[in-house]
Amino acid sequence: MKITGAQSLIKSLEAQGVEVIFGLPGGAILPVYDPIIDSTIRHILVRHEQGAGHMAEGYAQATGRPGVALVTSGPGATNIVTPISNAYMDSIPLVVITGQVPTAAIGTDAFQECDITGITQGITKHNWLITDVADIPTVIAEAFYVATTGRPGPVLVDFPKDIAQTEVEWVDPPSFDELDLPGYKPQLDGDAELIEAAAQMMATAERPVLYVGGGILKARGAGALRTLAETTGIPVVTTLMARGAFPDSHELCLGMPGMHGNYTAITAMQEADLLVSLGARFDDRVTGKLDGFAPKAQIIHVDIDPAELNKVRRADIGIVGDAGRVTEALATVSASKTQTDRSAWWAQLSEWQERYPLTFEPAEEGQALKPQAVIEALAAHSPADTIVVAGVGQHQMWAAQHWRYETPYTWINSGGAGTMGFAVPGAIGAKVGEPGRTVWGIDGDGCFQMTAQELVTARVEGIPVKIAILNNSYLGMVRQWQEMFYEERYSEVYLTPDVPNFVMLAEAMGCVGIRVDRPEDVIPAIERANAINDRPVVIDFRTDASEKVFPMVPAGASNSDVVVHPTQREGA
Amino acid sequence: MAEPFSGTTEHTPVSHHILSVLVENKAGVLSRIAGLFSRRGFNIFSLAVAPAAEDQRFSRLTIVVDAESAPIAQVVGQLNKLINVVEINDMRPDEATERELLLATVSVDDEGRAALLNSMAHAGASIVDFSANSVTISLSGTPAAVDAFERHLEANYAPVEVQRTGRVALPRLNPPA
Repeated sequence: MKITGAQSLIKSLEAQGVEVIFGLPGGAILPVYDPIIDSTIRHILVRHEQGAGHMAEGYAQATGRPGVALVTSGPGATNIVTPISNAYMDSIPLVVITGQVPTAAIGTDAFQECDITGITQGITKHNWLITDVADIPTVIAEAFYVATTGRPGPVLVDFPKDIAQTEVEWVDPPSFDELDLPGYKPQLDGDAELIEAAAQMMATAERPVLYVGGGILKARGAGALRTLAETTGIPVVTTLMARGAFPDSHELCLGMPGMHGNYTAITAMQEADLLVSLGARFDDRVTGKLDGFAPKAQIIHVDIDPAELNKVRRADIGIVGDAGRVTEALATVSASKTQTDRSAWWAQLSEWQERYPLTFEPAEEGQALKPQAVIEALAAHSPADTIVVAGVGQHQMWAAQHWRYETPYTWINSGGAGTMGFAVPGAIGAKVGEPGRTVWGIDGDGCFQMTAQELVTARVEGIPVKIAILNNSYLGMVRQWQEMFYEERYSEVYLTPDVPNFVMLAEAMGCVGIRVDRPEDVIPAIERANAINDRPVVIDFRTDASEKVFPMVPAGASNSDVVVHPTQREGA
Repeated sequence: MAEPFSGTTEHTPVSHHILSVLVENKAGVLSRIAGLFSRRGFNIFSLAVAPAAEDQRFSRLTIVVDAESAPIAQVVGQLNKLINVVEINDMRPDEATERELLLATVSVDDEGRAALLNSMAHAGASIVDFSANSVTISLSGTPAAVDAFERHLEANYAPVEVQRTGRVALPRLNPPA
């Protein structure tokens, strides 16, 4: 049976099990939009291509399935570059299909032409320009295989308009096993001898820490992690990308390390004699000043990406493999080993936990809301399986700190790229993937204004997300740095509290808008929002602009110089 | 009198490695490799590309890398992540047999011609083209020998144009222990 290239593309996506596409049509991709009418795949029409990319990412992070975005050439393609970069930094399986001008016009500066494969070369795992209509099923299979296996990441398929219009005999796509990719062979199982040596090093370590990163979630390895932690009794820190991989309420959990991690997690890594890195990459936001990072620690580094080993910190034992599988193997080997006595280590950890808990000062009568209190109220009054999606900045850090994550895939944010504006579209994508669960986007007033228009998409497409804006009328994180490091010289960070009027803006977009100024109104507003399930809700929480994120390791400082909350400092 | 055509390889860094990289013959593969080197801050000293003898689906790149700009394991690791890169053979200079081709056009008058032919014979170079007052010379040899011959030409003649291919390399059959 002869079909068009456009039909072949949609059939190829169906063959990969795609259930939803986030996209926006335009000239070059126009032929592809015709067969979408007849497809089983749901298409969600966004208001800006950046929204499509972040929605696909939120969907992928919530479900573990690849997110798919479809946009046109030129500006359509460049508008989705930021999400691609975001997916590359956070290893999110994302398949982006861009329209391209007809093959004969490529290279002529045609209308809405741009070299998107060139632009995205450095921020995709791989990209393809389709030049033969017969290649479509194979290229799409390759794209999904590359995006979802090994270290997951974004891929892009550039699809010229004439290819979409050419007729071709449909041939079923090859299975992943049949693909001809001689240069791509992810290694999943770790080396057994290295695993034995690592388990031995762990058993004898006196002050070990399991340093867990987002890779453990990508590997669906949270169960294996819990087994390993409980088998060895080694404490666990979960990085910003790994919140939820290990229950915050677990007695072995020390919480989040890094620039705004808690004192115990940061200091445990600093004082450790062994760090066992599972799917983490020694990011500068975790290590602080590298020369001063964990100076006494030996390193076991487990990563599916061989290039991560020894990239930042030399590993004493480097194991290439899937973080979940290696963690499971480590747990199995550890079961027959006797762990050294670590009562002194635990006594030290407990002392730090008691002395330096996460803290903030509650609002006094008549003061603005405390953002941390708003997060705690949201957590306390939302269902246990609520998915939290954050933007980037102070609100993100408070949401990572003050919401207690008990299960995997309940925390989604933009980590490596730090993409402001991620929360609204990210939350929409998560809600599409998990429609039965409550999804709270926690956003700042600065971030919200970058991508708020996607709430129109959410309303029209029937995706009832909830957005909490922690509105301090500032670009808060930049303000915090200017206060602490630029002598309170505030440069271009004031956003004004009432323009836009967030309640009216929400209502203009078909959402319910609620404004909260007083502490006693916080919980009723949250309960009201949680009871609304037929449309999105936006709550404008007016928060205290002077509130800063603590603890904090100043940029360039060693983790040993972590700045704790003012009330916990010497003499306080 | 011509100086002996040997000596140090001043055109290449002391600490360099030779990567022999087998890649799929796909559109844009060279750009992917060049882009990777530039965005990760790795320095390329020379690059030679040719179809791979063993299979038409592949090409072989010989890349001389400054091992001081980045740890060589990191360069190899990042290169390996490119989907089109199939295999990387990493050689230290003492593990490799290296050859490079030089083409040079120099001006030479009747008086200088004998000395030029003499130095060419010493180096093992040959004439591949000539006119009344210039010749095009070809030399293939070790990078050090080619360096030395190029220096000799620059010192004694007015080179009109010099082209070098960048080196190709294969592992030595009897590498040092």
